[in-house]
Parts: sequence; structure tokens; C-alpha cells
Amino acid sequence: MRRSLLFLPGNQPSLLQNGAVLPADALIFDLEDAVAADEKDSARYLVASALRHLDFGRREKIVRINDDHTLREKDIRAVVRAGADTIMPPKIAGSALLQEIGALLDEIEQEAGIEAGRTKLMPLLETAAGIELAYESALASSRVVALALGGEDLAADLGCSRSREGKELLYSRQRLIIAARAAGIEAIDTPFTDAQDNTGLLEDALLAKSLGFSGKLAISPQHLKGIHQAFTPTGAEIAYALEVIKAMEAGLSSGLAAVSLRGKMIDKPVVEQAEKTLAIARASGLLAAAEEIADAE
Amino acid sequence: MNPIRMAVAGTLESSDVMVRVRPAEVLSLEIKSPVLEQYGDAIRQTVAEVLADRGVTAAEIELIDRGALDCTIRARLETALERALS
Repeated sequence: MRRSLLFLPGNQPSLLQNGAVLPADALIFDLEDAVAADEKDSARYLVASALRHLDFGRREKIVRINDDHTLREKDIRAVVRAGADTIMPPKIAGSALLQEIGALLDEIEQEAGIEAGRTKLMPLLETAAGIELAYESALASSRVVALALGGEDLAADLGCSRSREGKELLYSRQRLIIAARAAGIEAIDTPFTDAQDNTGLLEDALLAKSLGFSGKLAISPQHLKGIHQAFTPTGAEIAYALEVIKAMEAGLSSGLAAVSLRGKMIDKPVVEQAEKTLAIARASGLLAAAEEIADAE
Repeated sequence: MNPIRMAVAGTLESSDVMVRVRPAEVLSLEIKSPVLEQYGDAIRQTVAEVLADRGVTAAEIELIDRGALDCTIRARLETALERALS
């Protein structure tokens, strides 16, 4: 489950430690933009040591690596051996670099005795070329599990200003979602950058959810609550999804491929959507309670 | 391999540790920490493990601790040693 993915600056021990208790679905240990150029080595050692020695529970451990070729290889070698689940390469545009990183991961996993293919990739698309080549990036490797949008760099590359409503990124968001979904992987939205504006964050997260994103990057722990509110199904949505599954099961047992529920037609796509809702509810720990209520009714 | 130049890593911020490494004829360790009485032995053990891993037998090492976890002490010492060797 990737509703919330929280960036943690890679060279700040106090913030890295906090990651072990924050309610994010995934933590992104940042070796790139959050780290000064002359502290890249220090951050790499610190993140690797934190990954090796701290218990982050079930949270996915993602590392945003550096773009520079020399740093990139050092970063990947250090954090994969330390137990990173996923590598987030920045400024990806197309498949070539992802395939190069995939080959390096093959080599490191073999050397370190890590299960082949264990380490996943979540490319960050943050340039016009990156958006244009999103589908190629999504299909670059079986390790790619999601495409993530980096709105700030993208806006700079597009030559536009970022607004609170984010309309300037609408096409890029939809293009990324279509590419990701066509490839059968997840789409992760750009962070909302005003750490103090919780109303704006919630509106932005609800928009992202309505467009088809499965989760959202976060730059502040304060945003986790709003992101979870947007991306976690409500009680009514879960109850409806359970009704859909029940109605379809009854229909199938009577030889029907489509049934009616509350005056609306229920067929395969509706059932698939209901199953997705229930999968998130299950992963969020909400399904058992909802099923108990449904059974009682 | 022993340090060939002076190097520093880490900061004096809370939860961090500043490590200073200098070339020397013998191994010496100085620790300043608000929790020295409770965790001094554990810090010394961590330092000894990192030095052994890297084959360091002679160096002057100074740690100014601000309540760093074991993993942070390891990382900062490794960084300082790497910088002192390069």
C-alpha cells in the first residue's frame, strides 16, 4: 500500500530516527536535493547505517539517489546492501538509465546474496521529456513498481509557476497516470509543498485521488493525515464495495454477468473497482470492522 | 589503514555526533557526551568495532556526542575515517 510516501533528509539523524515512528506507508530517504554537495558521502553512510540498524516496521524503505553518475552508483551499492526496498532515481526520461540501474541491481543482488529482483524501482518523472516518455519508463524493467511525479522541477522545466490548485500540472498528472496504469503499475502524485496549509493539502490529495493516483509524495509529516484521509476509502465506500461483491456473487450463481444494485448496473469493471477499494481497506486495517458490520446487517 | 589527514564528520545538532579524526602514532579516543556515564562503554564498543572493520590501529579520535544513536555514531565515524584516508 502506497498512500503516503514521506521524504526524510538523508543527513539529519533526528529526522531519520523519527521515520521509525511516523505513520507513513513509505519513507523516502533523500540523498539528492536535501543534501549539500559536500555532505553526499556523509548522508550515504548515515542512511545506510539507519537502514541496517533501525527498525522501520512494515514501511517501504525507498532511497532517492543522486543523478550524478559517480554518486549514483555509490548510492545504489551502499543502500541496496543495507536493505533498501526501492530505489527512486530522479529526472528519469525513458528506459535507458532504468535498464542500466536494473543491470547494476542484478549485479549487487547477486554479490550480496539478495533475492534476485527484490529491489524495486520508482522513477521520478520531473522533466518535460520524462512526462513525454512516461510509458517507456514504466515498461523499462520488471522492477518498476510505480511512476512518481516531481512537480517542482517539472514546472521549472515547463517554464510555468506552481499554483495552489495545480492546474498547470493537470495534463502531466493525467499523462503519467495513463502511462503507469497502462503498464499495470502505480502512479504517485507530486508533493504539496506548503507544510502549513493543511486545507490546500487535502484538496490537492483529493484531486490526485479523483484523477487516479494511488498515493502522494509528502515533504512534511503534517501532511500524512490529510493524504490518508484522501486515499483511504470511507466507511460508505467500503460498505458499497462489499455490497457490489455480494451482488455479483449472487448474480454469477444465477448465471448473470451483470446485475443491478441500487438501480445501477454492476458488471466486471465495477467489481474490479470494488476489489481495489477493499484491497486498500484491508491493508489499512479497516476491512474486518466493515465486514463485521455488514454481516450483522 | 590509518588516517593520513585530519577529517571531521557530523554536526553538533541534537541526535548527532561530531567526529574528528587526526593522524597519530598510537590509538587514542576522547568522548564528550551528556550520557557518558550510562552509555560510555557502548560508545567505546561501537568505535572499536568500526576501527577494527577498517583496520585502523593508530589515530587520534574525538567524539562530541549530542545524544546520537549507535547507528549515527557508526556512520559519522565511518565518514570521518573515509575522508581522513582519501
